[in-house]
Amino acid sequence: MAPQPPLLTMSGITKSFPGVRALDGVDLEVEAGEVHCLLGQNGAGKSTLIKVLAGAHQPDDGEITWRGEPVTLGSPIAAMRLGIATIYQELDLIEGLSVAENVFLGHEPTSAGFVVRGAAARTATAQLLERLGHSEIEPARLVGELSAAQQQIVSMARALSHEVRLIVMDEPSAALDPEEVDNLFRIVADLTAEGVAVIYISHRLEEIRRIGDRVTVLKEGRSVAGGLPAESTPTREVVALMTGRNVEYVFPERPTARFAAEREPVLKVEGLTRRGEFAPVDLELRPGEIVGLAGLVGSGRSEILETVYGARKPDAGRVLVDGSPLRPGSVRAAVRAGIGLAPEERKAQALLMLESVSSNVSVSTLSRFARAGWIDRRGERAATHQAVRELSLRPDNPDTAIRTLSGGNQQKAVLARWLLRGCKVLLLDEPTRGVDIGARAELYAVIRRLADEGLAVLLVSSEVPEVLGLADRVLVLREGSVVRTADARELDEHRVLDLVMEGSPTS
Amino acid sequence: MTQPATAAPKDAPTSAAESAEEKGSSRLTALRWDVRTLSLLGVLAVLVAVGGITAPDEFLATSNLQLVLTQASVIGVVTVGMTFVITSGGIDLSVGAMVALASVWATTVATQDFGFAGILFTAVIVGVGCGLVNGLLIAYGRMVPFIATLAMLASARGLALQITDGSTQVVTVQSVLDLGGRDSYVLGIPPLVLIFAAVTVIGWLLLNRTTFGRRTVAVGGNAEAARLAGIDVRRQRLYLYLLSGLCCGIAAFMLIVLAGSGQNTNGNLYELDAIAAAIIGGTLLSGGRGTIVGSVLGVLIFTTITNIFALNNLETAVQQIAKGAIIVAAVLVQRRSPHGDA
Repeated sequence: MAPQPPLLTMSGITKSFPGVRALDGVDLEVEAGEVHCLLGQNGAGKSTLIKVLAGAHQPDDGEITWRGEPVTLGSPIAAMRLGIATIYQELDLIEGLSVAENVFLGHEPTSAGFVVRGAAARTATAQLLERLGHSEIEPARLVGELSAAQQQIVSMARALSHEVRLIVMDEPSAALDPEEVDNLFRIVADLTAEGVAVIYISHRLEEIRRIGDRVTVLKEGRSVAGGLPAESTPTREVVALMTGRNVEYVFPERPTARFAAEREPVLKVEGLTRRGEFAPVDLELRPGEIVGLAGLVGSGRSEILETVYGARKPDAGRVLVDGSPLRPGSVRAAVRAGIGLAPEERKAQALLMLESVSSNVSVSTLSRFARAGWIDRRGERAATHQAVRELSLRPDNPDTAIRTLSGGNQQKAVLARWLLRGCKVLLLDEPTRGVDIGARAELYAVIRRLADEGLAVLLVSSEVPEVLGLADRVLVLREGSVVRTADARELDEHRVLDLVMEGSPTS
Repeated sequence: MTQPATAAPKDAPTSAAESAEEKGSSRLTALRWDVRTLSLLGVLAVLVAVGGITAPDEFLATSNLQLVLTQASVIGVVTVGMTFVITSGGIDLSVGAMVALASVWATTVATQDFGFAGILFTAVIVGVGCGLVNGLLIAYGRMVPFIATLAMLASARGLALQITDGSTQVVTVQSVLDLGGRDSYVLGIPPLVLIFAAVTVIGWLLLNRTTFGRRTVAVGGNAEAARLAGIDVRRQRLYLYLLSGLCCGIAAFMLIVLAGSGQNTNGNLYELDAIAAAIIGGTLLSGGRGTIVGSVLGVLIFTTITNIFALNNLETAVQQIAKGAIIVAAVLVQRRSPHGDA
């Protein structure tokens, strides 16, 4: 260990958002010249932590020291001045500007303080790109014309255009081909050889073994282990650290499986494909059955769900409800056939935040309450009230503004929408995202009860215990392909995590 | 989304407390709504008082009040249509140009041969036709409403100029002229004001009591959620621009009655007045919330200001500045309310 203080220490960092404690005491120590890996499940707090580090969020509590001195990262500019650069997972480049303009955005080389010296910026950009081994990218090209991998390189060039001592990379390999990943690793090795520290976030354990020096594991907003040796810590131990829980979820009991197996499938998916998102998927869903799709972000789970629903148009394959095929790429056809979706981003994709619970529940069923376009408001209110009560949504007053509800109750309103419509197939994308632990068990019970009443449910969740606890059958996805289909009782959390992270065909 | 175990009790308040809190805040919502309308009425009352004090004899005269209401009627009908478009998250910059085109097309010599019905029919059809083009370009051509309606603004004005060649087309159909005359007032109310009142009532019902209105709000509040809920968002958008065109056609007919002529300069800057009235009335420019009552009050406030300034012989320039200040003040007030930030 070097005699001087570590490059960065973070201790006792906490950060709360309304209703969620995103960080609840995180410690992190990074040495100059090391690749420090951050591991954790979705929602463990990785993104919040790197935003704190980038100056984008202010922590509620905790201390940060930089080269031994306590610092406050009050803004992204403050972080950049210290030499901290962040490459976000969702690239933050401006497509309408050239490569060089993006790289030097905000700190353009200028004459007389304001005249941009374009040629100087392009020359400097060319040098940076060469250092990154990508001299084929022309500094004058528009970023929008580049491939995802090339854009990644531009992001990295932007990070290096500052006097940088620490680079944070959030899942940099997610959009890359294997050989591009090799190049990325070479760049990372070059950087660390120059004394730059890298915080590397990835779901792929094998990558972490290849380039990581040390690992910090986050779970539920806390660092549960810091400074583990990346190469020698066994996978089992890492997975156990990531998943070990203090809270056990309570799942409703399954009915006897034979009951569902005897019935004709209500939903059939045959060879459904979207290039670049998921390989041909086949699945059958019977009334009363809950089928789970387990996989990481980017494994294609949400995309599959949205394609079944017609919100995305498939390249090949078809979706059948009760034996008749749906018009591909048409949400209205899917809804008319009896499919309902509770999407992943509840606020952005499902709710009308300015409206009441009643309006939100009835929005897919409006014509039922209307005669010649005229809404029978009393009938509408009575029906939504009934639906809301059946799901024990609180408060059960349908006139309540939806935005005042907790996440769990908002989700129930979305379920009530489809319940009211009397749908046969319910697609649930991350149904408990943003729902607090107390309310989850209740939501699970509601979902199981709906299935018992004959609904077929297709469930997507990044929380493996949720899929295993709630579903009857599970399809495990890795990078767009189904790697395993099994009865939920034959799988356990470790096995599924091994499958989605390592992708080993055996388990 | 996992959460720390220790935080669970804090994050899951007892259901009783939770629901009490929620009920309280929903009641607050209803209250705020009324406050908004009341404050607009308050502004209008203050303006009436100012008018009564600064020009005591002229302002409160029956003929002046009739004039104010008549002037408000034409732009008011346009604003009702605009309110729907803005509520859906769109914008219609072409309203003034559509009024101009409809008014000149309906007053050509050939059209006037068909009399009262010919003029009314042509005005409405031209408005609806322009709205149809706007709607198709926006809903199915996937053009940004701002651009599509800007293009319509330019083309419709151009076409209006071509039809008239810059001249005023005087109406010779007596029944149309009579509608603007004092003899056709009903209990002292000009017929144009009655048309405005009817459009307002129908607009209110359409927005607040029908599936059409509900879908408009849904599309404006969250187009993606509306699509995923199974609403035909594109068809809804088409209908909305048709509706705006229809309102412009009606307004064009009203203007013909009022002026006794059709001119290619009619409806100049109506788009700005209509947008401004809708916004100060409380309709969200980003969509998702619209209020017909607010829009009508916005129109009345603007028209009253204009009238007071005219009665006091103040320059148009001062009047424009006052209008601008009112728009800014209204939007700042909206920003402070909890819904304004959505």
